[in-house]
Amino acid sequence: MARALIHVPPSAKRGDVIEIKTLISHVMETGYRIGVTGAPIPRDIIDDFVCTYNGEEVFRAKLYPAIAANPFISFFTVATESGTLAFSWTDQHGATQVQTAAITVV
Amino acid sequence: MASGGVILRIAIRPAAATPETMREAVRNAIGEATVKKGRVQLDLPPIVENGNSVPCTVSVESPMTAADHVKAIHIFNEKNPQPNVISIKLNPRAGRAAFSTRIRLADSQTVTAIAEMSDGSCWSDDIDVIVTLAACIEEVKP
Repeated sequence: MARALIHVPPSAKRGDVIEIKTLISHVMETGYRIGVTGAPIPRDIIDDFVCTYNGEEVFRAKLYPAIAANPFISFFTVATESGTLAFSWTDQHGATQVQTAAITVV
Repeated sequence: MASGGVILRIAIRPAAATPETMREAVRNAIGEATVKKGRVQLDLPPIVENGNSVPCTVSVESPMTAADHVKAIHIFNEKNPQPNVISIKLNPRAGRAAFSTRIRLADSQTVTAIAEMSDGSCWSDDIDVIVTLAACIEEVKP
């Protein structure tokens, strides 16, 4: 779907609260703008974002057209164990992009 | 000869959200719970030069334990075409009830953040922002 940037600390101490930053390139077209032909530009947004930590959901967001283009979301989670964080963005047509990041917990 | 009639130009302007539609959106999100002020901090610049991308942070005072945590945080606005901005779901795994994003603002208005706690109580914060360049209204350049 698009290019995504993810920042997860590569390692953390068990129990630490870590900040995760994500950004995906997407127009987030609101559906309220008028194009050059005078017709409204159809809405095209990402409306769902989920982060799972070793398969368990830690953060979920429902996005509306009021989210700026190239949605940036940062949030926190507790570093519980080494493993994989998976990030998935789903657009209004149901297309999903998944990206993962590894974390080592000591 | 081409028709010399009157050319009708119909401007399609989205109906803006109003404080009433915002209240309705709040009810849809949190039900009939009473919303109290406090415990939530919404950070937005008070003067926004470009409404297309406004940095926005919400943080909620909460120990984030299984017994006492923030379940959800919603952001609403009064004057964009739609009252909803974002709704997030949290659980104790978050560790800290806070998040940041970038939002669009179509006009100077009040933005509200509401947090739903695990005990069912709701807390809110709101900020009046002045927007000099509005989002949503610009025409697309050929």
